[in-house]
Amino acid sequence: MFIYTVKRFALAGLILIVAVTAMFLMIRAVPGDPVSIMLGPRATPELKASLIAQMALDQPIWKQLLIYYGGLLRGDLGIDVFSGRSVVEIVFQQLPYTLEMITLSVVWSATLGIALGAYAAANPNTMIDRIAAAVSVSFVAAPAFVVALLALLIFAVQLQWFPAIGAGEGFWGRLNHLVLPSFAIGLSWVGYIARLVRASMLEVLGEGHIRTARAFGISERRIIMSYALRIAILPVFTVIGVGMGFLLSSAVFTEIVFARPGIGKLVIDSITTRNYPVVMGTVLVSTGLFVLSTAIADLLNALLDPRARSAK
Amino acid sequence: MSKSRSELSIILRGVAKDPLGLIGLIIVGAIVISAIFAAWIVPYDPIGMNIPDRMQGPSWSHWLGTDNLGRDTLSRVIMGGQVALKVALPAVFGAMAIGLTLGMIAGYGPRWLDNLLMLFFDTLRSFPTVMFALAVVALVGPSLQTVVLVVMATSIPTYGRVARTQTLTLRNSEFILAERAMGASMVRILGVHMLPNIIGVLGVLAAMDVPTVIALEAGLSFLGLGVKPPTPSWGALLKDGYALIRQTPWLVVGGGLPIILATLGFTFLGESLRDVVDPKLRKNR
Repeated sequence: MFIYTVKRFALAGLILIVAVTAMFLMIRAVPGDPVSIMLGPRATPELKASLIAQMALDQPIWKQLLIYYGGLLRGDLGIDVFSGRSVVEIVFQQLPYTLEMITLSVVWSATLGIALGAYAAANPNTMIDRIAAAVSVSFVAAPAFVVALLALLIFAVQLQWFPAIGAGEGFWGRLNHLVLPSFAIGLSWVGYIARLVRASMLEVLGEGHIRTARAFGISERRIIMSYALRIAILPVFTVIGVGMGFLLSSAVFTEIVFARPGIGKLVIDSITTRNYPVVMGTVLVSTGLFVLSTAIADLLNALLDPRARSAK
Repeated sequence: MSKSRSELSIILRGVAKDPLGLIGLIIVGAIVISAIFAAWIVPYDPIGMNIPDRMQGPSWSHWLGTDNLGRDTLSRVIMGGQVALKVALPAVFGAMAIGLTLGMIAGYGPRWLDNLLMLFFDTLRSFPTVMFALAVVALVGPSLQTVVLVVMATSIPTYGRVARTQTLTLRNSEFILAERAMGASMVRILGVHMLPNIIGVLGVLAAMDVPTVIALEAGLSFLGLGVKPPTPSWGALLKDGYALIRQTPWLVVGGGLPIILATLGFTFLGESLRDVVDPKLRKNR
């Protein structure tokens, strides 16, 4: 297990290095010089010169890459061209808004999904199971940003039950502002998790130790709640870890729709102003987050199911 | 050719037997047909402005209302289907072809090449799709081609990994070992003997991938980073509807429902195809 952990994190590190290098080269490969694009046509030569020096653009490309990596190791992602603030500071100021939204989405959708899936597995092929299956597939079908737009239209603009924009103040205010965004992000996960739990629950219910428990005369309810569910929900963790990239993608759109602060809004705003250091920093931080969460999901999977270790 | 055609009809008949598969087939069929004949069935010019009729709600003459430039929403929805498929089909088939080739090479080739290709797949996969798309669009500017390329790049790893796993499984099967013993070339083994056994699974994957691509294109166009105005796309409709959500809410519905319908249709079709092509996978349902 220890060797597997080391190998998995080494792979994560390697992936990050390749990803960072690719991003860096891509930005440098853009036609036109980044400085005039960033500063606009009316920039003075002095301003341009100082920015070129600041971004080390007068150095050869391999040196620029080394400088960038040097900064990365010190936790420095460069300077925002416009405000002069450090990119790390800006990104980590916005990150909590995105993370609280994603967390709430995962919590509500996993809870409901597990309950639905477990219920369907305990009563297979009944009317409720069929309805749950149909609802699951339909929920899976709804892209988060379309749900977000429709939810905004129905619950914020027409019915005015929930606020349409911003992140809110204070605990209840923030929670109130989180309802619609996390509804939009979580909705497709409910069906996904329900199907996953149903399938794994049916598998667990067919295993020997459950049959033994039944033979001992333990109530079906108790078997499901305290024996089967425990094992059946394990794949959910893996799926959420691997789905982190998907969650981050949904978050970008949801933040735009509800005009919420967060890294999604940050990246869109910096794209429209061609603020490359901030774009690059945000993409890197979210890529890092994604790589880390997939690694953790793989490790969790290997810890719980030793067969997965040798499969890699 | 006649053999593959009869196989296709067996598959289609299998899909049509399953109620969800039939619904999927009907929805997908409707979208494809309306996209092909879009130019003839639109009631109005989808990009023609008509200022006196602007911001009208749904009525008999404009079933889904008009936008702030007086353009007919229904015509834009129908035309938008064409744009969605124009992005989705090349992107999905391109990614499938590249992923298939690389995956088979990874599965059949030497160990070091396998490791290298897997690292390539893992790296491509490690960018959150939308973040990656946004970064690329920011760099090279928005256009239909950019969207296709980005979508292709992000879905190559999925096809590649599946093709690799399939190749690895097939590699030691008896009929392949027999071919190798008879001295068949690598190209012949991969192309003639392995490909037919892998393509079915990838086809299912492709059907399931279409809605993801449609949603991504719509998302990018919604952010103003996809197809350029005045091209009617479902995402552009959502963008216009969002900007004037109090005045023209029917645009949000008009742009949103086709995306949900398309997703539903392709997902149903894909799942039903999977059950027909590979019944072993059914239990994961």
